[in-house]
Amino acid sequence: MPSTRDIRRRIKSVKNTAQITKAMQLVAAAKMKKAQDQASHGRAYAEMLNKILVNLKVHAEEGIHPFFAEGKGDKTLVLLIASDKGLCGALNTNLFKKLITTQIEGEVEYVTIGRKAVQAINRLRRTLLADFPIKDPAKFAEVRSVSRFIQEKYLTGEYKKVLAVFNNFINTVTILPSVEQLLPVNPVTLGGKRDFGVEITPPAADSLEYKFEPSAQVVFETILPQYVNDTVYQMVLESRASEHSSRMVAMKNASDNAKQMIKDLSLEYNKLRQAAITNELLEITTAKMALE
Amino acid sequence: MPLKLEIVTPEARIYSDEVDSVVLPGYEGEMGVLPAHSNLVTTLVPGELRITKGGKTIEMAVGEGLVEVTGSVTRILTDAAIDSDKIDEAAAEEAIARAKKALETLKPGEQQEEVAAAMAAIQRATIHLNIKRKRRTI
Repeated sequence: MPSTRDIRRRIKSVKNTAQITKAMQLVAAAKMKKAQDQASHGRAYAEMLNKILVNLKVHAEEGIHPFFAEGKGDKTLVLLIASDKGLCGALNTNLFKKLITTQIEGEVEYVTIGRKAVQAINRLRRTLLADFPIKDPAKFAEVRSVSRFIQEKYLTGEYKKVLAVFNNFINTVTILPSVEQLLPVNPVTLGGKRDFGVEITPPAADSLEYKFEPSAQVVFETILPQYVNDTVYQMVLESRASEHSSRMVAMKNASDNAKQMIKDLSLEYNKLRQAAITNELLEITTAKMALE
Repeated sequence: MPLKLEIVTPEARIYSDEVDSVVLPGYEGEMGVLPAHSNLVTTLVPGELRITKGGKTIEMAVGEGLVEVTGSVTRILTDAAIDSDKIDEAAAEEAIARAKKALETLKPGEQQEEVAAAMAAIQRATIHLNIKRKRRTI
């Protein structure tokens, strides 16, 4: 049986925790708003680039650009995007679960963004090629270096394809751990499978006849790296939005739980106090009766 | 037939409206687009973009990017686009000075990323200044 003093102490400690989680919730909420805005603004660009590329893909000849074809090697490169910090609920756990359950043939090598991702790869004893720390909020220039690295690796021909594993932000409470193919650029995934874009259907082949200036080759050489850069950037933005949303929800739950705990503990404390008073009264009365 | 113009950067949708014509800095020089232009795809180089709508002209500084022209829609994807009214002359000059200083401290060949970034910054700021100064002399 805990004494009243023990319970008082516990109430105090829970109150302190509640204060911290409440503060973290507010911070996460502010960051979430920013990250969500950033992600949704980036979508317009991603969507339009996607649209143009879908239109153009129809006219692309075989072998016009290495990004359209699978690499010669049989290795797979996986880009894993997770958060830097913890305390964001099951966000990273779900992501890593998705990674583990995804069947990938052949040898797999990893490139990571975020501290939690590096830790996970090390824990799983997989091959880590490189880790890129990206600050918050994410800057395009920073993400571009990640994308460049991946593209260089892909152009060596050692890798068959490049996959990206990241958290896709649907809304504040729904976050979807996703696996998507980054390279080779695939007209099917381009078409409408990108969950964070609207569905785009490629036009009929003869409806759009394009003139390329100066040539299709040059245009594709510009647009494809840009497309990969932007896709990676958008994925990072989606992950960041997911992270902050998830943290806010987790902290809100923690605050709520703390409040409930304080309520329960207070009830117990009051019961104990009342019992002690009743006991004392009983003792006094018995003592008095014994004297008479 | 009106011409719909859309300008988008990774950060935001800058412009989306129906216009009379647009002149943009393309890969092979300045290019004018009028309604019912034939389908065309080209790359955009940093420079000046002019939109004409109802007799008024809007000028913008744009960065690298991509242009897709179809009969009714012109889509411009660029990494940066800024309205000439919002260009800050002092900030542009400062950016040039800063980038030049950075170039001096950097060793060419070793930090190519940074050198390229500084060069791009100079180019961008110079375009901003040119647009601003040209307008003032008129």
